[in-house]
Amino acid sequence: MRSPGTRGAAPRGVPYLFLAPAVLLFTLFLVVPVGYAVYLSFRKVQVKGLGLGRGARREVFTGLDNYRSALTDPDLWSGSLRVLAYGALLLPVMLGLALVFALLLDRPGTGLRRFARITIFLPYAVPAVIASLLWGFLYLPAVSPLNDLVSWLNRHGAGLPEPNLLGSGPVFYAVVNIALWGGVGFNMIVLFTALRAIPREIYESARLDGCSEWQIALRIKIPLLFPPLIMTTVFSLIATLQVFSEPMTLRPLTNSISSFWTPLMKIYRDAFARDDIYAAAASSVVIAAVTLVLSFGFLRLVQRQAFGQEQR
Amino acid sequence: MRLSLGTRLLAFTLTTAVATALATAGCTAKSADDDGAAAEPTGKVELSFWSWAPNIDKAVDAWNAANPNIHVTLSKQAGGGDIVTKLLTAAKAGNPPDLAQVEYQSLPTLVSNNVLADIAKQAAPVKDRFAEGIWQQVTLGTDAVYGIPQDSGPMMLYYRTDLFAKYGLTVPATWDEFAQTARTLRAKSPKQYLTTFSANDPGWFAGLAQQADASWWGVQGEAWKVTVNDAATKKVADYWGGLVREGAIDGQPMYTPAWNKALNDGTLLAWPSAIWAPGVLAGNAPDTKGKWAMAPMPQWTAGENRTGNWGGSSTGVTDASKNKAAAVRFAIWLNSDQAGTDILIRECAVYPAARDAQSSPLLQEPPEFFPGQRDFYAQAKAIADTAAGFTWGPNVNVAYDTYKDAFGKAITDKTPFPAAVDAMQTATVNDMRKNGFTVAE
Repeated sequence: MRSPGTRGAAPRGVPYLFLAPAVLLFTLFLVVPVGYAVYLSFRKVQVKGLGLGRGARREVFTGLDNYRSALTDPDLWSGSLRVLAYGALLLPVMLGLALVFALLLDRPGTGLRRFARITIFLPYAVPAVIASLLWGFLYLPAVSPLNDLVSWLNRHGAGLPEPNLLGSGPVFYAVVNIALWGGVGFNMIVLFTALRAIPREIYESARLDGCSEWQIALRIKIPLLFPPLIMTTVFSLIATLQVFSEPMTLRPLTNSISSFWTPLMKIYRDAFARDDIYAAAASSVVIAAVTLVLSFGFLRLVQRQAFGQEQR
Repeated sequence: MRLSLGTRLLAFTLTTAVATALATAGCTAKSADDDGAAAEPTGKVELSFWSWAPNIDKAVDAWNAANPNIHVTLSKQAGGGDIVTKLLTAAKAGNPPDLAQVEYQSLPTLVSNNVLADIAKQAAPVKDRFAEGIWQQVTLGTDAVYGIPQDSGPMMLYYRTDLFAKYGLTVPATWDEFAQTARTLRAKSPKQYLTTFSANDPGWFAGLAQQADASWWGVQGEAWKVTVNDAATKKVADYWGGLVREGAIDGQPMYTPAWNKALNDGTLLAWPSAIWAPGVLAGNAPDTKGKWAMAPMPQWTAGENRTGNWGGSSTGVTDASKNKAAAVRFAIWLNSDQAGTDILIRECAVYPAARDAQSSPLLQEPPEFFPGQRDFYAQAKAIADTAAGFTWGPNVNVAYDTYKDAFGKAITDKTPFPAAVDAMQTATVNDMRKNGFTVAE
């Protein structure tokens, strides 16, 4: 029914042709692996007898068994609770510091702005594994400068206890500290960039109305920073739920970090230390689902407030 | 809007998952074709070989020069732990190498996954070239043979001669004396420890348990017998737990920067370790050259002569190999022919498992880091002959993994060590039952 003279009468397939590379890559490198993981999570190995002869080991369907044991595994739960506590401590402190630094840098008359910005941002450029090694050396009592300081003070009669920052209690805060050190800079840059995009005229009129810098920050800048704050929170939330590199790197240095210290560590252990990719796949699916629910849940919760005006 | 996109994505993912499932099921149903092991190969044969031993390429080159009809191609690997995961994956994908270096404790895992072939027919004649305890590790206590032993790690006690003299300590001959020595040192110098108990090194603990005559796995007819928490192991655990709890020795892990420093600056005076320790000490405590000596392990009963193995590996032939006969010939040459073992000793810093090679003229000189101990290797050979045999099970990885968690927790919580051994037993048995292995009560 096409009329002969219509402009842009491209064959029907053209849009699909343009879409094809993206869809193909997406399918190959995301959908298929995810699908395979889901498939594996319903499988298990079935061994017969000693399991030594040929064909003594088969892969069979096991229904929801892997999910059942993942959800009833105390190790996974203790790891999840630890990560929740970790997030509850890390998120507010990290974003709070990032916000404060961003506001300070944006304040007129702040000196050494470029230098400060780069110094705060720089730790973000250090890979988590390297950062954890660096901090590990700083924490390990035998090589820690902190312990050197304490023993120096003690020689002068201070009578302080020798700190062990990798001991069972402090190690939690030690890991939070590494994430904090690496994370503040990135979030600060995002918030700072958003601040620079706010038209200066608003501040000017506020000042004319008698606003102090403090009031400008509190009443104008922070409310306008809501959208980027939400974005950084979601990113940080996802990163928090996936915490892995820092405790994994510190683990060989101390007795206080177990192989299931965080959920991702447990998945790694199941897959590569215990050769049980099926259990690992099931736990992965559970964690992906929880991450999805938490991130979308948070977005939904704040969406109205943050993006309300855009939708209208 | 975002949510609905998510939902659609999820639906899409699930449909694809089903499609993938069907496709994969079709792929994996194909099994490896049966072996070409029977006949001697004719014409030129190509073999691939995975190994992580340093300079092993020199051995491969020598073989290739001498055997133009059997060409071996080496692929260097990262280490004993990584190679297992890679072999499992490669075997699943249908393209494993013909030969691979495998640590003894990983053999059952690979055999149980059908990665390694039983080479008993060709390998049985060379049985006598190895100590009985070593040979047992490649048979898993059955009639099969799953690899040719390459190196072994008989355990011995390393100690600082200068510091022992300084504090008037004598080399302990029994574990009772060892404990007493540890206490004496603490009383004389509260900043130093005789040694440390590491919750990070299950292989080390397994060696200590072997010395006490522990048996963790065994084959009983058609069932596995699992006794990780047998009396001997509990005795060893209880002994070390007591020393850690009373503060007579340290409880920090080995192979950390702190441990290196402690070895280097004399905070740690002794190390129950294996034959390969001189290399580790040279790398991690370079300032202590010439200050160490080696002695036999302390014994549980005075006058006894026993030790265990920490580490050691073999060369296995894969079940999927099309040229098993040629592969076994290479494995035997590498590990028990003088041409092969000479290169292993000289170039790869390997302490050979083959008996004749242990008295090789190349081992007349002591290790460079131990210039004072002229008879180092003569003593080592005598100790190696006293190494206890041991049968490994199909899930050593689970037992080892649990060791780290359970002993780490026992040290931080100051709870008794035997409970950690029970945790290893429970985790090991549960994992085997879950996978369907028959486990004897």
